[in-house]
Amino acid sequence: MNAAETVLAVERLDVEIPLATGVLHPVRDVSFSVKRGETLCLVGESGCGKSLTALSIMDLLPSRAQRRADRLEFAGANLLGARERRMADIRGNQLAMVFQEPMTSLNPAYTIGNQMTEVLLRHRRVSAGEARERAIYLLEKVGITAAESRLRQYPHQLSGGLRQRIMIAMGLMCGPELIICDEPTTALDVTIQAQILSLLAGLQREFHMGMILITHDLGIVARVAQRVAVMYAGQIVETGCVDEVFAAPLHPYTQGLLQCIPIPGKTPRGEHLGSIPGMVPSLMGTLRGCGFRERCPYAFADCAQDVPLVELGPGRGYRCRLTPEQTGANAAGAQVWT
Amino acid sequence: MLAYAVKRLLLALLVAIAVSVLSFMLLRISGDVATAIAGESATSADIEQVREMYGLNRPLIVQYGDWALGALRGDFGESFYFKTPVTSVIRTHIAVTVILGACGLGFALVLSIPLGVLAALRPNTWLDRLALTISVLGQALPTFWFALMMIIFFGVMLRWLPITGSSTWKHFVMPSVALGYYATPAIMRLTRTGMLDVMSSDYIRTARAKGLRTGAVLFKHALRNAIIPVVSLSAVQLGFMLGGSVVIETIFALHGLGFLAWESITRSDVAVVQAIVLILACFYIVLTLLADLLNAYLDPRIRVA
Amino acid sequence: MLADKAALEEQVLEPSPGQLLLRRTFGHHGVTIGATVLLAIILMAVLAPVLAPHDPYHQDLTRRMIGPFWHAKHSAAHLLGTDNLGRDFLSRLIYGSRISLAIGFSAMLMSGIIGSLLGITAGYFGGRVDMAITFFITMRLSLPVILVALAVVALVGGSLTVVILVLGSLLWDRFAVVLRSATQQARNMDYVAAAQAAGCSTPRILFSEILPNVLNQLIVVATLEMAHAILLEAALSFLGLGVQPPLPSWGLMVAEGKTFMFFDPWLITMPGLALFMLVLAINLLGDGVRDVTAPENRN
Repeated sequence: MNAAETVLAVERLDVEIPLATGVLHPVRDVSFSVKRGETLCLVGESGCGKSLTALSIMDLLPSRAQRRADRLEFAGANLLGARERRMADIRGNQLAMVFQEPMTSLNPAYTIGNQMTEVLLRHRRVSAGEARERAIYLLEKVGITAAESRLRQYPHQLSGGLRQRIMIAMGLMCGPELIICDEPTTALDVTIQAQILSLLAGLQREFHMGMILITHDLGIVARVAQRVAVMYAGQIVETGCVDEVFAAPLHPYTQGLLQCIPIPGKTPRGEHLGSIPGMVPSLMGTLRGCGFRERCPYAFADCAQDVPLVELGPGRGYRCRLTPEQTGANAAGAQVWT
Repeated sequence: MLAYAVKRLLLALLVAIAVSVLSFMLLRISGDVATAIAGESATSADIEQVREMYGLNRPLIVQYGDWALGALRGDFGESFYFKTPVTSVIRTHIAVTVILGACGLGFALVLSIPLGVLAALRPNTWLDRLALTISVLGQALPTFWFALMMIIFFGVMLRWLPITGSSTWKHFVMPSVALGYYATPAIMRLTRTGMLDVMSSDYIRTARAKGLRTGAVLFKHALRNAIIPVVSLSAVQLGFMLGGSVVIETIFALHGLGFLAWESITRSDVAVVQAIVLILACFYIVLTLLADLLNAYLDPRIRVA
Repeated sequence: MLADKAALEEQVLEPSPGQLLLRRTFGHHGVTIGATVLLAIILMAVLAPVLAPHDPYHQDLTRRMIGPFWHAKHSAAHLLGTDNLGRDFLSRLIYGSRISLAIGFSAMLMSGIIGSLLGITAGYFGGRVDMAITFFITMRLSLPVILVALAVVALVGGSLTVVILVLGSLLWDRFAVVLRSATQQARNMDYVAAAQAAGCSTPRILFSEILPNVLNQLIVVATLEMAHAILLEAALSFLGLGVQPPLPSWGLMVAEGKTFMFFDPWLITMPGLALFMLVLAINLLGDGVRDVTAPENRN
């Protein structure tokens, strides 16, 4: 098996949600891919469509929402048009997801052991005893001591950090090929955050999984990811290796983020932080052109037309009408974001 | 948990005692019992004799104490009408009421829980509206009228079911439906609301993300949580059914406690009426106590604090 | 300038909360249907002497058991037939509405006052007062209501007044429970603390701060208990221990018609239907009021 094999390929994913007041387009023309053993971070501010992208891959969107894509392939299988039965066989099995609210994501009526073993029992022909052993093994892997007694405990008896580790362990029960983590540390203390992140990175290496980490925190991106996709207003505006993107961001939004948000270990000391003026545009109705143009200091007339994705190489691209030379000059030049 | 149970038990006991006092006093003071027992054609001398015989001329407190002490031993005195111990009269009638109550609740649950779940899964569709309509109509139906209508339709016109008596299970079908339908709207609405709440919760999303089948998500995860308040409500409704079965029992000639109570009321057999009121109140108290304990058991957050 | 004018117009044209409430009320199907039917029945009761073609008490044994107009054996003088004593059925049905409405309303009023006082007191003062009242409520809840009502009526003697008094003194439990919790919630609101800080007397607070805010839940319970009282009276009269003959209580009419129900079912279907429609209208109204005044609808 090729170690760098692509485990997920998404091309031109769209999500539409009809509401009473109109049609919402929270995800537009999203394309990216993830390889085994690689962590892709999907980064962007709240409401940019990251979580919905993840849910649409899992086919867990609300019933009113409609999903459309040119390509949605997972482990070589086409997920588009896959029936619920098929998806249910894949979810929790080869494709796992960890959510961001550890406090409410576990069923209060059942023990941890029950909830963990049920995933394995659902997807594999194992005995209850074997499932328990796997659960204990994984709990220990995520750094939980006294794992066996934890199995008998109920969610409300455990702290948020513990619950999040359990959620991660639960996601690993069937040895998934891809795990999606939606803001796994947002609801946790800063000290716990660091632990969970290290844990995730280690597990991913050890189990050689693909991982999509959704976050709004660029610091996390710097720490954990190999590749990054920046989302804004439902679209991916820039993708590439983390080092490349951080060193030479091509899209004005990415540039703004990097200048305006301090990143531990990357932002030089004493540098003045700016801010990006304006607000995220509405995602209702038919949208044309670049979503960022209202706030972009370099916007010009053509930005009102739909902007195609410019590919500079495999996995490196950005969505802007400016040429790389122009944006490179902008980034290196005087502080535009004040 | 234990402390909680003990506290509830003591409270329940106090309520039972208070009810016994209340029913005792109420029946003695709302009319002259001696006159009622002696009958319409009695002379004042007859009435005095009755008073003597049953000790009705003693102070009320003394009468109550006497009765209460007896009740603790299981002796509720003697029936004025049957001239046999009240306990034996009640014993022959209690089974029918309990069976009727259980069947009534059973019918209500079998009808309302699935309806409530379905309505929650398809909110604002025709199914949901149908369930809500049934619920609204059900609450407006007078029980006795519903029972009579069923008798005319199923008993006489279609001849499917027997009209009176209690010898076979078929005798309990119409009475159970007539008794149970009134609880259906409340239970259905509670199930529906509960399921709607639960289905939009995060742990259901987790369950689906684990690839669990729809059945497991619905029953193992969702209903298990949504049903907790329904258990309490069901216990209370059963209490109401046991206490309010007099109309059904009279119409269908089922010789249960309600029927006995009504007959005793018309015969001024106060001793029996008193005992029945106390027993039915105790049913209700025990049921609500059980409901509380069951609640605590079903929700680990309460049980394993 | 134009922008200012537009903003001003927007302010003026935005409806007030009162207007929004009215709009929601009239748009709600349950409320409109329930209110219309109820009003129609009330009107029928009030105009009974005018509407009823005959005296509801007048017996004519020569014209017994005439069927309603769709029956083979019918009569033009008696649109809905006559009962076993030759009394005009339609007239009795019309006059029967008076009894149901009178009892429903009076019993609701009486139990409403008792229950509200108990509930608001318990909810506002808390502590021992609350404990005592809650104990009292639990006691009342454990009583088999219909049996107690039957027993009391049997001992005292059945009549309209007795039934109203008995029901009024028994049906206050839901008032007490709902108002207790509503008062507890209202009590925690800032406006109560403000009134207390301003030195308002307790009765004043209860009346001007608490009561208006629990009023909508009070109305909902009032409609439900009115329906409850009507059904209970019908059941009591059906069993012979409620309103006494010859009063045209609908429950009593069903009891009287029961003996003949296999051959002349209209004697029981029609009074029952009347009860059903009245109670349905009241319930729809109550549910509608609850929907319309629900806190989610307040902006």
